[in-house]
Amino acid sequence: MTTENTSLERSAAPSIRRALRFILNDRPIHLDRTAASDTLLDFLRIDKRLTGTKEGCAEGDCGACTVLLGRPDADDELRYESANACIVLMGMIDGCHVVTVEHLSPRGGPLHPIQQAMVDEHGSQCGFCTPGFVMSLYALWMRKPDPDRLEIERALQGNLCRCTGYAPIIRAAMAVTALPAEDDPVLSERERITGILQSWNDGSRLELTAPPRDNGSEELGSAAVEPSDVPYEGDVSNTDNALNNRILRPASVDDLAQLLEENPDARIVAGATDVGLWVTKFMREIGPLIPVGHLTQLKKIEEVDGTLRIGAGASYTDALTELAGRIPAFAPLLWRIGGNQIRNMGTIGGNIANGSPIGDMPPPLIALGAILHLRKGSEQRKLPLAEFFIDYGKQDRREGEFVEAVSVPLPSPEAHIAFHKVSKRRDEDITACLGAFHLKLAENGTIETLRIAYGGMAGVPKRAKTVEKALTGKPWSSASVDAALAAFEEDFEPLSDMRASAEYRMMVAKNLLRRFFAETQDRQLVGAEAAQ
Amino acid sequence: MNEVLARGADRKHDDDARSEAGAAYADAHENAPAHQSKRHDSAHLHVAGRAPYTDDLPEPPGTLHAYLGLSSIAHGRIATMDLAEVGKQSGVVAVITGHDLTHNDASAWQIGDEPFLTTEKVEFLGQPVFLVVATSRNAARRACQHANIEYVEETPILDVDQARKAGGRTVIDGMTLSRGDADRAIADAPRQLSGSMLIGGQDHFYLEGQVAFAIPGEDGTMTVHSSTQHPSETQMLVAHTLHRPAAMVTVEVRRMGGAFGGKESQANLFAALAAFAADRLGTPVKIRPDRDDDMVATGKRHDFRADYEVGFDDDGRIHGVKFKYAARCGFSADLSGPVTDRALFHCDNAYYWPAVQAVSEPLFTNTVSNTAFRGFGGPQGMVGAERVIDEVTYATGLDPIEVRRRNFYGEDERSLTPYYQEIEDFVLPRIWEELLQSSGYEARRETIRQNNREAKGFMRRGIALTPVKFGISFTATHLNQAGALVHVYTDGSIHLNHGGTEMGQGLNTKVAQVVAAVFGVALDQIRITATSTGKVPNTSATAASSGADLNGMAAKLAAETIRQRLVDYAVSEHGVPAEQVVFRDGRVQIGNREIGFQELVEEAYTARIQLSATGYYRTPKIHWDRTSGRGHPFYYFAYGAAVAEVEIDTLTGEYTVEQVDILHETGNSLNPAIDIGQIEGGFIQGMGWLTTEELVWDQTGRLRTHAPSTYKIPLASDIPREFNVRLAEWSRAHEPTVFRSKAVGEPPFMLAMSVLHALSDAVASVADYKICPRLDPPATPERVLMTIERLRAEAAAAD
Repeated sequence: MTTENTSLERSAAPSIRRALRFILNDRPIHLDRTAASDTLLDFLRIDKRLTGTKEGCAEGDCGACTVLLGRPDADDELRYESANACIVLMGMIDGCHVVTVEHLSPRGGPLHPIQQAMVDEHGSQCGFCTPGFVMSLYALWMRKPDPDRLEIERALQGNLCRCTGYAPIIRAAMAVTALPAEDDPVLSERERITGILQSWNDGSRLELTAPPRDNGSEELGSAAVEPSDVPYEGDVSNTDNALNNRILRPASVDDLAQLLEENPDARIVAGATDVGLWVTKFMREIGPLIPVGHLTQLKKIEEVDGTLRIGAGASYTDALTELAGRIPAFAPLLWRIGGNQIRNMGTIGGNIANGSPIGDMPPPLIALGAILHLRKGSEQRKLPLAEFFIDYGKQDRREGEFVEAVSVPLPSPEAHIAFHKVSKRRDEDITACLGAFHLKLAENGTIETLRIAYGGMAGVPKRAKTVEKALTGKPWSSASVDAALAAFEEDFEPLSDMRASAEYRMMVAKNLLRRFFAETQDRQLVGAEAAQ
Repeated sequence: MNEVLARGADRKHDDDARSEAGAAYADAHENAPAHQSKRHDSAHLHVAGRAPYTDDLPEPPGTLHAYLGLSSIAHGRIATMDLAEVGKQSGVVAVITGHDLTHNDASAWQIGDEPFLTTEKVEFLGQPVFLVVATSRNAARRACQHANIEYVEETPILDVDQARKAGGRTVIDGMTLSRGDADRAIADAPRQLSGSMLIGGQDHFYLEGQVAFAIPGEDGTMTVHSSTQHPSETQMLVAHTLHRPAAMVTVEVRRMGGAFGGKESQANLFAALAAFAADRLGTPVKIRPDRDDDMVATGKRHDFRADYEVGFDDDGRIHGVKFKYAARCGFSADLSGPVTDRALFHCDNAYYWPAVQAVSEPLFTNTVSNTAFRGFGGPQGMVGAERVIDEVTYATGLDPIEVRRRNFYGEDERSLTPYYQEIEDFVLPRIWEELLQSSGYEARRETIRQNNREAKGFMRRGIALTPVKFGISFTATHLNQAGALVHVYTDGSIHLNHGGTEMGQGLNTKVAQVVAAVFGVALDQIRITATSTGKVPNTSATAASSGADLNGMAAKLAAETIRQRLVDYAVSEHGVPAEQVVFRDGRVQIGNREIGFQELVEEAYTARIQLSATGYYRTPKIHWDRTSGRGHPFYYFAYGAAVAEVEIDTLTGEYTVEQVDILHETGNSLNPAIDIGQIEGGFIQGMGWLTTEELVWDQTGRLRTHAPSTYKIPLASDIPREFNVRLAEWSRAHEPTVFRSKAVGEPPFMLAMSVLHALSDAVASVADYKICPRLDPPATPERVLMTIERLRAEAAAAD
């Protein structure tokens, strides 16, 4: 398909700010020397000696480092969500309220009801994962003070415990008693915190230069000093290291476009659920860093003329209400992406832009015929999502260009839609094989259109075009499906790795089509799964 | 609210009621506050993030951080090692190789086959090669990337089958257990069959990784805060590495963030290298590997190949059985000898083998050296035993419950183990029958079979009941000893220290309950302190489920020594007979007079009575001769059973665990809440081992499942939809253990075999239960689906 281009008017440059501002528990913090690769967890544990937040895996999978991030939403309401501090980069927390476990109860004072319930129900054994569980349960409790078991399990999908077998933690979550908002350390301060964060919201762009790395004194004895409050005076602007480690936080989407055009090597991060690992696992330089998680303009999910436009910055959590609310087949899939911490931070745009063959959003979006919206400077371009994925590790994204949105034509109510993910562990696991199906039947029961896309079956998220072709126009029957299974061998040549063998992937890919067929024969079954 | 949650709430109320009931309760319950569901002594700190672990301790100014450089090949030689660039990186203070270590021996307390930092031979991918010390952990870690090492590669031996093919070199001599003529018994039996199975390994995935923090003191002394289950061995190894007497080294452990066997020997390397660097540089040094490096460079549960031959009759009675247990041990012995021994000790699980031969093969491989993990080889042995039972069940078409029942240990000659120890405490039949009743197993099985036969969709269910018998004691007899130190201060408060380490299992709480019971005081009067080699020397690892048995008894003896002195004083001072001096509810009855505990303590102090004592305990009755394969290695056995019901999706192999019912005995439980926590947690950990926890090495020997993103331990949403866990309240230890309680650390882990067998039962339905599925663990969804496909093909071929 042809790419469509449009041009926008350029806006005036914003003012520049040179200090990162956020609130840590009850204290505003200003930092003017922070590197692109600095993580929130290291800041908490090393600089602030807030050691209640633990490092278990440094890749956002175990939840031992769970903190709350309070971020203003589009209506300037503070929204508190759990996040993995190990892969939250410092550049992302400008204008946020960071809440750690230490804030929940005063030293020597009474425990928060969540903490007390964990004690009463014997919810901790070794205790190392416990602060993370407490924070995840706290995030849940703020949204839903009397959760049911399913809600608890979902809230805990991103927290690993190796001792208890979770049963006492679930019991604790069900036994938590109420606490009046005025006694809760976060809820009682909501107005004051909102006020501070709003007063900082001056439409400025943040530009931070990193300190020289490991000059021998920087991190030593950091317990004794408050590096955050002392302006850094050294000249670091001339070093490559400092340049690479810059943080450029755009004032707006237009500013983002401009910054990226000027710094085409810069790294955009929204939730850093992937890029965070480049830092913690591969020790890669990621600067200059352009955090975009605060751009509420990018987070919008809007319905216009039968098309749903999903801003690239919309999180999986946003999608659970806005996307799954309109296309219910998304709900069971979204609940199986990461844990809450990842769903809160990870974005639809990031999942697409990163180009992974095992990202969970592209196959369903491709099956629905999604269009990708890209932008470079004032130029906008759109193309079918499937065409964005050129090859393994290669996408159709030009220098200085970014993903602005993805739009999905809302499917007709008669369409049969299902997205099936298979992984070694049901929740918080990476896909072995994902099948996305979008079927329209003609009045006579034959297949009018069928779009099938798979993840985990090739180097890119890929349509099963031969299978589609084999079925289109045929009666939607078990015999047609069985006859079409052989076509999978032409569409896919999956790999073997630690998640699954090629043989299993192929067998499952075929069986998912069989499952989809069975479900369309029994709408109740589809409904039951969607309602999960 | 389902049952499990409801019962949890009851437990809490019981606990409240007990603590409030005070004196009345103490009369009704001997030994209070022992046997009560007291919370973990650190629970209030855990939940608040105020329980410091090693990495949380304040760092003195000048603290440096160390990081390990690891090998990138599995087998070969280091041709050249150029670390000049590493040393030039900013923040780097020192680069240390094996050549700098005069005692480069991480297994000095085993058999001396494992260097800290290899200097020439590379024996697995991820082997430590050098150590960087820098001003920050990040700097040290980043600097490691700048090493320039050239290797001469050789072909690695990566698994059991390759090792056997290459000649079957072992890391230590294997063992044979033999009783009767197994070959003959099998040949003479009406029916025979044989088979082979793979049993997967397991990463510990302790949430707190390995970490050590070494702080040099005056005159060459060294204090090491280490996340170790075995402080005394860590101390000896640090002393050996530093060429110092052990008396100059103190190892301290307040708590670990989980261990499960993974810090029994594996913590030593980190502690010794941190201490070496700290000593050389004269400044505190901390070392903490990243999770991925921890998983790559430290040992795991051994994976096994178990070969079996069995002779049996049409009634499902086994006449003779032969086992070969071959283990992937990795490149060094570590604990592989005793681990593979314990696999043999548990090749019977709960069954009497009339004639048996079991042989272990602890095989050398070019992989990380495998180590202790909850159950210590026992689980692999038992999985083999249950496979044999399964084979006989399918071969005879009998009910699996009945086949198991018919082969259980019994009276007289049917009570003899393959190692000639008499089973004297076989309470399993009672557990078995009670659980059959309470779980409604038989009716549920009937329903499941009928539904499966009539099912039109893709889902199938399965159910299984499996038993556990687990031997309690270190099989190395000398390790079955422990010490404790108790001080009573003049204000009546009590300081407790013992040789066991706290890794989450609630050991400190249990031992404190015992001491509080001896003095008849409230639990909060006991102050538990960090384990330190300076307080209690020459301790054994906190392992083999023995923590409470050994240390609880040692602490009890220490407390009793002090109490006896107080009694003697009261007798001489007040002229009452000793039996009229009673300690209860924080007070002491002396004849007709009643005074506060604190008052008596103060009087005794004034009268110059010693208020501090050590306690020492060694387990009686046990002995073992490995050469003859005979002895009495276990003081007693712990028993339990579990019923699991699962549902599988025959299109993808995915499954859910629908219901689990457990009945397990812990004797006269020292703390029912803690014991239930061990059972629930052990079960889920065992379930992970047998289901989704899959270790995958590629053909170069690189571990591909090296982080939680690729290695999948169970989540909250994986636990049984209904999870009913009960203690057998009638249970009392057959032997005079501490207050007749029984060990609980490892035995419940094996209850999870019920899940593997329930999955197997569900899979068997696709071939109408006519073919033994031989579903090897870990039963990942892929394994389940592939087994289904194989059974379908076999069934079709048979038709």
